[in-house]
Order: sequence, then C-alpha cells, then structure tokens
Amino acid sequence: MASAAERLAVSDQTRRNWLLAAPALILLLLGAAGPLLVVVAYSFLKPGEFSGVTWEFTFDAWIGVFLQQDIFDETWGLADAHLAIFWRSAKLSVLTTVMTFVIGFPMAWFIATRPANKRAIWLFLVTIPFWTNLLIRTFAILEVIRNQGVINSALIGLGLIDEPIQMLYTDAAVLFGMTYVYLPLMVLPLYAAIDRFDFRLAEAAFDLYASRWKMMRRVVLPIVRPGIVAGSILVFVPSLGAYVTPRVLGGGKNMMIGNFIELQFGQGRNWPLGAALSMLLLIVVLGALLLYVRVSSDRAGERHG
Amino acid sequence: MAEARRFSVSAMPGFRAITLAAFAMLYAPIVIIVVYSFNAAESISVWGGLSLEWYGRAWENEQVQEATVRSLLVASLAAAISTVVATAAALGTTHGAPFPGRTFIYAAINQPLMAPEIVTAVALLIVFASVKVATGYTGLGYLILAHSAFCVPFAYLPIRARLEGMDLSLETAAADLYATRWRTFRRVTLPLMAPGVAAGAMLAFVVSLDDVIITEFVKSAGQDTLPTYMLGQLRRAVTPEVNAISTALLGLTVILLTAFFLLSRKRD
Repeated sequence: MASAAERLAVSDQTRRNWLLAAPALILLLLGAAGPLLVVVAYSFLKPGEFSGVTWEFTFDAWIGVFLQQDIFDETWGLADAHLAIFWRSAKLSVLTTVMTFVIGFPMAWFIATRPANKRAIWLFLVTIPFWTNLLIRTFAILEVIRNQGVINSALIGLGLIDEPIQMLYTDAAVLFGMTYVYLPLMVLPLYAAIDRFDFRLAEAAFDLYASRWKMMRRVVLPIVRPGIVAGSILVFVPSLGAYVTPRVLGGGKNMMIGNFIELQFGQGRNWPLGAALSMLLLIVVLGALLLYVRVSSDRAGERHG
Repeated sequence: MAEARRFSVSAMPGFRAITLAAFAMLYAPIVIIVVYSFNAAESISVWGGLSLEWYGRAWENEQVQEATVRSLLVASLAAAISTVVATAAALGTTHGAPFPGRTFIYAAINQPLMAPEIVTAVALLIVFASVKVATGYTGLGYLILAHSAFCVPFAYLPIRARLEGMDLSLETAAADLYATRWRTFRRVTLPLMAPGVAAGAMLAFVVSLDDVIITEFVKSAGQDTLPTYMLGQLRRAVTPEVNAISTALLGLTVILLTAFFLLSRKRD
C-alpha cells in the first residue's frame, strides 16, 4: 500500500511529465491534429459560391464522393470519374508495393548476408536516397524519361528510333517513379527482419533436401513476414497519398487521389468534396496502419503462447 | 570446410545481380542530375563541356535567392522550435517510470507520420485560410508553425532513442552529491543527451528543407521555398538551372545526413 506521500510524489511526477510534453502537444494540436478535426466538419458543409463553404449541414459531399446526379434527368449514378481515380490510386499503390518487394527483397537479403563490417556501408547507400529530397529524385526520373531526356536522346543518337518514345505522363511512368522513390522504405524493414533470421534454419532445410526456392518460400518468408508487412505498409501508405510523383510524372491526366483532392481546392472549388475525399484517404490509411498493428501484435502473442 | 565454402547457405542465384542493378537504378538518375548541372549546353542530349554557368544563373536569379533565404529561415526556425519542444517531451516521456497517458503522448507526437501529407496540407489550408482572412496576417508565421509541427516526431525520435540508452544512475549519483535538479540536468543529463538533440535538430532541418506539399498549400503569394519554386518551374521547360539548385540542395542534405549518422552512431 502506497503511503499518501508516495502517492503524492507519483502524481507530482505525472504532472511534471505532462507539463514537459505540453508544448509539443500544443504545437501539434495547432499545426497538425486540430486542423484535421476542422476537415471533418467541412466535409459536412455546403460548398461556398466561389470557394470555401457555407455553414449548412449536409451529407452532399460524402454522397458526391461515390455518386453523382445526372444534370438532365436527375437520376443518380456512380461517379465514374471519381471511381476511375480511386481505382488508379489503388492499382498503382498495390503495384508499387509489389514492385518494391520484388526488387527490395533480394537487396535486403544481399545486404543482410554481407560480412558485418560491410553491412553499415550498404545500408548507408540505401539511406542516402531515402533522405534525399523526394522532389529532386522525381525530377531525376523526369530527366531520364522525358521526350528530350536521357533515354530518348540516347536511342535517337544511336539511330534506333526516329521519334521519341512517349514515356512521361503515363501510368507506367508514375509506377516507375513511385517504385524508385519508395524502394528504400521496403528495403530497410526487410533488412531488419532478415538480419535477425537464424541461418541455421536454412541449413536445416537444405539438410532435409529442400531446394533453394523451397527453403525461401517455406522457411524464410514465414519467419520474416513481419518485415514484409512493415515494408508493405510503409510503401503502400505514402503511395496511396502520393502527390508530387503523380503530378510531375503523370501530368494532369493520370491523377491519383492526392492530386484530385488538390483540384477540389483549386479550379474545382468544391471544398467540402475535397474535405470528404481527404477524410476517406485518411480512414483508408489509418485502417491499413491498424491492420499492421494487429498483425504485429498477433505475432507477439504467438511468441508468448 | 571446403564443402561449406562451395555451398553457401545464404547465396541465392540472381540476388547479387538484382541488388547491383537496383543500386545502379537508385543512383543513376541522381548522378545524371549532378553531372548535367555542370553541362555548358542547355540540352541534356548535348555535352557542351564543364561549366558553372547554371550555378551562376541560379545564384543571380532573384527568385532563387529569396527562396533560398526563405527555405533556410523556415527550416532553421522550425528545427529550433521542434527540437526544443521535442526535447522537453522526450524528457517527460522517456525519463523514469511509466505514467498515466504516456501511450497517448507517444501516439500524439507520432501523429504527423501517420496522416498522409496531402491530408494535413488540406487541413492547414482550410484553417489558415480562415485565419488569414480574420486577422489579415499573411506572413511566414503559418509556414513556420506548420513546419515546426510536422518536424516534432523527427526531432523527438532520435532524442528518445538517446535517452533510452542512457544510464539513469548517473543522475542519481549527482543528486546524491547534493546537486540541485537544475544543476543535475545541466551538468549531467544535457551533455549526455546532446548528440541525440543535435541529431534530432538536423533531421528536423532536413525534413523541413525538403518539404513540398504542406508548403505548397500553406504559403501565401510570393512565399516560395526552394522546393515549391522548383515545382513551379516545372510548368515551364525544365532548365539546367533546376539541376544546379537540386545539386546544391543534394550536397547540403548529404553533408547533414553524414553528420547525423556520425552523431547517432557515437555511443557515449
């Protein structure tokens, strides 16, 4: 039983800790979390005449995310244009995740099987692009694939083609760009998982006449699964909310949801719709993160059991 | 032994080739940008010899000058503010026994990492647009506030990592020797956590310097930072000037990151 003095000391400590954290929390409330709550409110309002909102409660924006009303016969139908953008965003994000895994897994494996003193250098080489300005890396890709870019100039110079190949402003360009910019996000958690892998298990599999691929599929992949899930979430989440890469490499036609949201605050000027779209994106992303927490804590539970 | 050398448990066919190709892919475009920033010719398809012309042009471009000063100003202030509050928060949450609400504080501090940046950007646009109308103030304060906020987790994580690895008994020892709380903090805790604080500040600085989306949405007219200036240039043709700016920014980032790694590696 704690004495009154001890209990007082504990609550004193708690108060001190909260006071120390308070400036950070206030800053975040003003500059990040608080405004998100305002977005929720805005998604239930009517669009203003030019921009902004009129303070009138309505579900219009949320309905408008999925449905649209025909201007002539006033029947409701699916908002095809919106669904096409959602579909492209989902498709490109999933493909980016798959591509980064296919390229990133061999990289992580290779690095994790280097001698201990060399690993840090390889990891540093992965980390540099990761911390390099995303815009600069996207520009770099632009320089490579645009019509007057490195690839086309080289091919024309060699006489292989006469007209430049249109690579920029395609879905493939966006996919390539996102794979390029998010690859380190896949490699780092995969490396962390493979680094902990006990290679005696691989030896045991070989002793039992497993082929290399069978060993990989039946022994390694199940064990490093948390790393795969972590890497996939880390790539999928920013891909889904991507703005810079699709804008620079996809152009106006190959929009993803991030660009579509921006459009609502520019020419489209439907702020409530933009707010509802933002909330939808946030909900999907938080759902993915929750799934990740569940998967990783399930595994922790298994270990104890 | 000979058997083991011939058959490696960890070697997978093709993995080395994929890895080396992937590293080439990661670095080739960056190298191209750096090399072409020194190209005298305007077109990327022609090599006109080494030249610093584009650096000169960027240097003399008034918009670039202003954007550079603004970028550095915002990044410095955001790094300073976020590091100070993150240091306090790290001391409150990492130092000592768990207390009610600690998990909540962790989650709140990491919140900017979880929301897609475009969503935060839109949220800030909505709120700041009303505030701008209501107060008439359209200065750099909004950018500094927004940058400080999203830099908090980046400053916090290295500081917390440093504090977690720290030996608390040194503080107890200082207290046993009749040091006051403040004196203990200044003479024992602070010097020990300093590398973490410096690493956090650098990370925050780099993250703020690189930000595009939130800046693009929050800035008032004529408040371009280097990244938003570059994004704006995209509407016109890509000029080698942008390559020169990219290369300069890249150099700065690499220097800061190398310093960050040296600082965060150094244990005691």
